[in-house]
Amino acid sequence: MSEIFSPAYVPSAKPDSVASEGAATRAVLIGIAVAFLALFLVLPLIAVFTQALSHGLAAFLDAFREPDVWSAIRLTLTVAAIAVPFNVVFGLAASWAIAKFEFPGKSLLITLIDLPFSVSPVVSGLIYVLLFGSQGLFGGFLLDHGIEVLFALPGIVLATVFVTFPFVARELIPLMQEQGTAEEEAALTLGASGLHAFRTVTLPNIRWGLLYSVLLCNARAMGEFGAVSVVSGHIRGLTNTIPLHVEILYNEYNFVAAFAVASLLAALALITLVLKSVLEWRFSGELAGGRAH
Amino acid sequence: MLHDLSLDVRAGELIGLLGPSGSGKTTLLRIIAGLDAPDRGRILFGGDDATGLPVQERAVGFVFQHYALFKHMSVADNIAYGLNARRRADRPARPEIKRRVGDLLDLIRLSGFGDRYPSQLSGGQRQRVALARALAVEPRVLLLDEPFGALDAQVRKDLRRWLREIHDRTGQTTIFVTHDQDEALELSDRVAVLDHGRLEQVGTPDEVQEHPASATVMKFLGDSVEVEAIAEGGRVLVRGRETPVVAPAGVIGPVKLYVRPWQLQLAEPEAAHLTGTVRSSYRTQGRQRIEVADAEGHLLAVEDFDGVRYPAGHPVGLRINGGHVFG
Repeated sequence: MSEIFSPAYVPSAKPDSVASEGAATRAVLIGIAVAFLALFLVLPLIAVFTQALSHGLAAFLDAFREPDVWSAIRLTLTVAAIAVPFNVVFGLAASWAIAKFEFPGKSLLITLIDLPFSVSPVVSGLIYVLLFGSQGLFGGFLLDHGIEVLFALPGIVLATVFVTFPFVARELIPLMQEQGTAEEEAALTLGASGLHAFRTVTLPNIRWGLLYSVLLCNARAMGEFGAVSVVSGHIRGLTNTIPLHVEILYNEYNFVAAFAVASLLAALALITLVLKSVLEWRFSGELAGGRAH
Repeated sequence: MLHDLSLDVRAGELIGLLGPSGSGKTTLLRIIAGLDAPDRGRILFGGDDATGLPVQERAVGFVFQHYALFKHMSVADNIAYGLNARRRADRPARPEIKRRVGDLLDLIRLSGFGDRYPSQLSGGQRQRVALARALAVEPRVLLLDEPFGALDAQVRKDLRRWLREIHDRTGQTTIFVTHDQDEALELSDRVAVLDHGRLEQVGTPDEVQEHPASATVMKFLGDSVEVEAIAEGGRVLVRGRETPVVAPAGVIGPVKLYVRPWQLQLAEPEAAHLTGTVRSSYRTQGRQRIEVADAEGHLLAVEDFDGVRYPAGHPVGLRINGGHVFG
């Protein structure tokens, strides 16, 4: 996943430096990289769209007549609409704390923020089953009070939040650390309250990094399969998100519909990629790891 | 890290906190500003205790070494920031803010630069904007943390002179931190020398140079040579020969005598306090500077207006015309 967190990495072009390779070596290296990308990224992407359109545009559009598809899309949008803002708040708070103060347990906190990246999504889902399932830690309490967490929206949101919470924090921590505290201190000495300084100084300084991380966070929130699969219960029309619905359609040998719905996710990925590239190209200096002007 | 110290800054004065890095001068400045909190001790502004006041209410202007301008705001918005941050009741009206920003732009000689962004300015211009931004809130005291530290030599000199002019015009009480002796001596009404979190001496530039309070101050204010000497009855002898230096009362026995390069003079061996051989000699800023190695190999620097050039290896005698012995 690390490539996600090194935006705007552009090797400096030094044509005549000692480190530059011969033409043949360069051609081979570039060839390998391009072939690899073609095989593992471009080809599958093309396959998704060709499969989706294999029975013509009408069949493709028919797949979206299904009410279950619309309920899956609605659910996915709802989950993202809750999980992403939640993680923006968390990410801002965590990166503010880590970048601007010293406190005991700071490095532990940084390690914990990375946890969702190192834990299998299935395990992330199972955690919530263990906590909120009928046999789980809070299962009895929830049952007594008629609160549904598992196999319902709250469970899906929790699992999605867990899987996506590193995105904002990981982008903002290095960015805020790089920017230091001098501008905020200047604002405070000029009489600004903490909140005013945050709104007028900190936030504008991190806006592009924040947008960038929201983009990635959102793409993952909408596309998450593993963790959500464990807690959702796969109730058609109720607790199926887009990725889960794709799986169901596929298992029912409804390939055109499966790939048609999958093409939505692929399109989301492409849009995210384009926006991400635009941000990197336009605001590289204001993203973490970007070069200062 | 600061130890017990008490510094009284007079209204309207320009005082320089001078010390090597790690001497605590920036810490002291940040404590005055309220950016750092002291473990104990008090900060008084006029008669008011400001120790417990949050930074926003101290009414200080702080200028940072690396400017800390708001990158995403124009120069005019940077300068107006402190006024715009005030509560509605205390905030001047828009035209009034605009007028004040205009006045300050004139003061820092950047009229017409209001719409530019900090990234479009040179280092010296940025620091002037930072100063205007701090002055805009009419602070009780202006605090400058190594204000010229990030600038190159020529810009530094210009800005120094210009800061002095601004101070003379506005009468703004100002404390600035520097590790550059020349800067502190040229700019300050009074200099406070800090070392290892202790206040070594406070005085006018003339006082600290003519009567340094300690060897630390002596060494920090410029080149000096350490000479073994004997003090007896107020007199200071080097190799049995009397020097014009007066020892402080009560200092008797072997002492260290600190001598500036310009207090050493080439002399005939029979009139000399020290002897050695010339290592190198070169001309700098209209003076002849001669480096002499004594018998033990210690280097002594001599500054002389006499244009005689000695070849390396030439034996010379040195006469001590002044210096300091500390108790």
